[in-house]
Amino acid sequence: MSTLEINDLHVSVETEDGPKEILKGVTLTIKDGETHAIMGPNGSGKSTLAYSIAGHPKYTVTGGTVTLDGDDVLAMSVDERARAGLFLAMQYPVEVPGVSVSNFLRTAKTAIDGEAPKLRTWVKDVNATLEKLDLDSSFGTRSVNEGFSGGEKKRHEIAQLELLDPKVAILDETDSGLDIDALKVVSDGVNRFIEDKNKGVLLITHYTRILRYITPDFVHVFVNGKVAESGGPDLADELEANGYDKYVSAAV
Amino acid sequence: MSSALEVDKVISHLHPEGSFDLADHPVPTGREEVWRFTPLKRLRGLHDEAPFGAGACAVEVSAAQDVVVEQVGADAVERGLSGLVPTDRVSARAWAAADGATVVRIPQDTVVDGATILAHTGTGAELAGASHTVIVAEKFSKSTVVLTFAGTAVLADNIEIVLEDGAELTVVSLQDWADDAVHHSTQHARVGRDASLKHVAVSFGGDLVRHDATADYAGPGGSVEMLGMYFADEGQHIEHRLFVDHTAPHTKSNVVYKGALQGQGAHAVWIGNVLIRKVAEGIETYEENRNLVLTDGCQADSVPNLEIETGEIEGAGHASAIGRFDDNQLFYLRSRGIAEDEARRLVVHGFFNDLIRRIDVPELEEKLAATVESELEKNVLKAFK
Repeated sequence: MSTLEINDLHVSVETEDGPKEILKGVTLTIKDGETHAIMGPNGSGKSTLAYSIAGHPKYTVTGGTVTLDGDDVLAMSVDERARAGLFLAMQYPVEVPGVSVSNFLRTAKTAIDGEAPKLRTWVKDVNATLEKLDLDSSFGTRSVNEGFSGGEKKRHEIAQLELLDPKVAILDETDSGLDIDALKVVSDGVNRFIEDKNKGVLLITHYTRILRYITPDFVHVFVNGKVAESGGPDLADELEANGYDKYVSAAV
Repeated sequence: MSSALEVDKVISHLHPEGSFDLADHPVPTGREEVWRFTPLKRLRGLHDEAPFGAGACAVEVSAAQDVVVEQVGADAVERGLSGLVPTDRVSARAWAAADGATVVRIPQDTVVDGATILAHTGTGAELAGASHTVIVAEKFSKSTVVLTFAGTAVLADNIEIVLEDGAELTVVSLQDWADDAVHHSTQHARVGRDASLKHVAVSFGGDLVRHDATADYAGPGGSVEMLGMYFADEGQHIEHRLFVDHTAPHTKSNVVYKGALQGQGAHAVWIGNVLIRKVAEGIETYEENRNLVLTDGCQADSVPNLEIETGEIEGAGHASAIGRFDDNQLFYLRSRGIAEDEARRLVVHGFFNDLIRRIDVPELEEKLAATVESELEKNVLKAFK
C-alpha cells in the first residue's frame, strides 16, 4: 500500500520583484490504484505542483507537508525522492547529449533498485517496453531526448515509467503536443501502469482529451494555486462543456 | 616536388606573413593579437632567447607495416614540403634550431593497418628542445599517425603534414604531459586534390600548451576535419589556435573542439580562424567550440573568426559556447533516481562521447574515456567522496 499525501502545500518562486507565491495551500491524497486528474487553466500552478513534489531547485516550499507512506518527501534530495518511489513524467523532457537511452535507463534502474538489473531479463524488458510504445529497437542507441520528436519524448517518458516502476507517478501534461495515435500509445502505457500494477497516478492536463483514454477516479479543478473543486469523472465533462471561466472569475 | 602554392595576397589579420628570418619575429610583449591570451612568463623563454639543447625528449617510434620512418638532416628536401613558413617567433626559432627532422612516409596506394606511433617522452632535461616532424601521405594512401607527448620537457616543434592527391590521413597529437611541461607546437597541413585529413588534438597535461594547427589546400576537392579535446586543470593554460585557409574551390573544413575546465586558474583558449579566398568557390566550412566549466575560478576564451572573400559558397558557419553544468540536465537525471555525482559523471562523459566516437582511433578510444574519468575524480566527484 502506498499513499502520497499533500497537505496545505505552499510554494513560491524567486522573481525580479522578490518571491512570488504560486501554490497557495494544496491538499490532496493519492492512494494505490487511484487516478487523480488535475485540470486547470494556464498559469494556475499545475506544473509547479508537479515540479515541487519532484524537488526542482527553482521552487521553494514555504509551508505544508508532502509524505509518501508517511516519509517526509520534502526532506529528501531529488534523487532520494525518485528512489523512494516517486516519478515525474515531464512536459519538456531534457536533452542529455552523448548519453545513450540504454545507458541512461540501466543507470536509473540500478539507482532505483540499488543493484544492477540482471542483464538478460533487463534487455528483454527494455526491448518489450520500447516495442509496446511503438519505439524501434535503435532507440536505445540514441542520445537521451536529443533530436526526439515531441511524440518520441513523451513515449520515452512512459517507457521510463514502466521500466522504473515507481509507487506513484505524476504526469505533467504528458498529452500536450501529441497526435491522436501517439496519445493512444501513451495512454495504453499509463493504463498498464495503473491497472496491471494498481499504482497511484496524478495526471496533470490542460485538456479533457486524454481523459477519454485514461479514466480518472477523481477530477480536481486547479485555479490560482489551489484546488477549487473536486469531483468524479463527470466533472471533466462539465469542464469540457463550460470551461474554467466559472472558477477563474470566482478566484479573482 | 615543388610545394609552392600560388595564391593572391590577402590583407588579413588572420593571415600574418610568415618568415624564416628570426629578425622578422621580434620578441613578443604579450600585447600582440596572437599572443594576448598566452602567459609569456610561463613560456620558459621559448619566445625570447632560451637556448635549445639535445635530448629534451626521447622518441620511440613504432611504425605500422609499410610505413617508413627515418631521420633526415636539417637541409633535407622534406623540410618545408607542407609550405609551412613560421608565423611566430617560437616556430621560427624551432625551425632554425632543429638539427634534422623525423620523416614519416606512407607509400603511394598503401592502405595501412593500425597506427604509426611516435611516442615522445620528456626527459626533464635542463635545456629546451626543438624538433621537426614531416608526415607525407603519398597518393591514395590511407593511414593513421599518432604523436604522443608525456613526461617533463620544454619543447618547441614544427610538424608538417603533407597529403598528396587522394590520400586519407588521420594525425593525432596527444598532449599527456606532466604538470610542469611547456609545449609550443606548430602544425601545418597541406591537403592535396581530393585528399582528406582528420587532425586530432588532445590536450590533458602540461603547465602551458599552445598549439597552432593550420591547413590549406593544394587543389580542389580536399577535406579537413579538425577535432580537439582538452581538459584544463588547476593552473593549467591550454591554448589551441586553428586556421583553415580555403585556397582552392570545392574544399571542405569541419572543426569541432570540446573542452572541460576545472580548478582555480584553469585557462583554456580556442581561436578558430577560417579564411575563404576569392578562388575558393563552392566550399563548405563549419567550426564549433564548446567549453564545459566544471568549477569556479576557471576561464575559457573562445574566439571564432570567419573571413569571406567570395559569396559563392555552399555554406559557412560557426558556433561557440561556454557553459556550466546544466541544472535541468542534472535535475532530469536525478529525478530518475541517479545520485548527483553519477549524474555529473554522465553529463561530462556525454559531453565528450560523440567527439571520442568521431576521433575513431581504436588505439586511443579506451585511453580517452579513462582519462575523462580520472580527470573527473580530481574535482567534480571529489565533493562526493
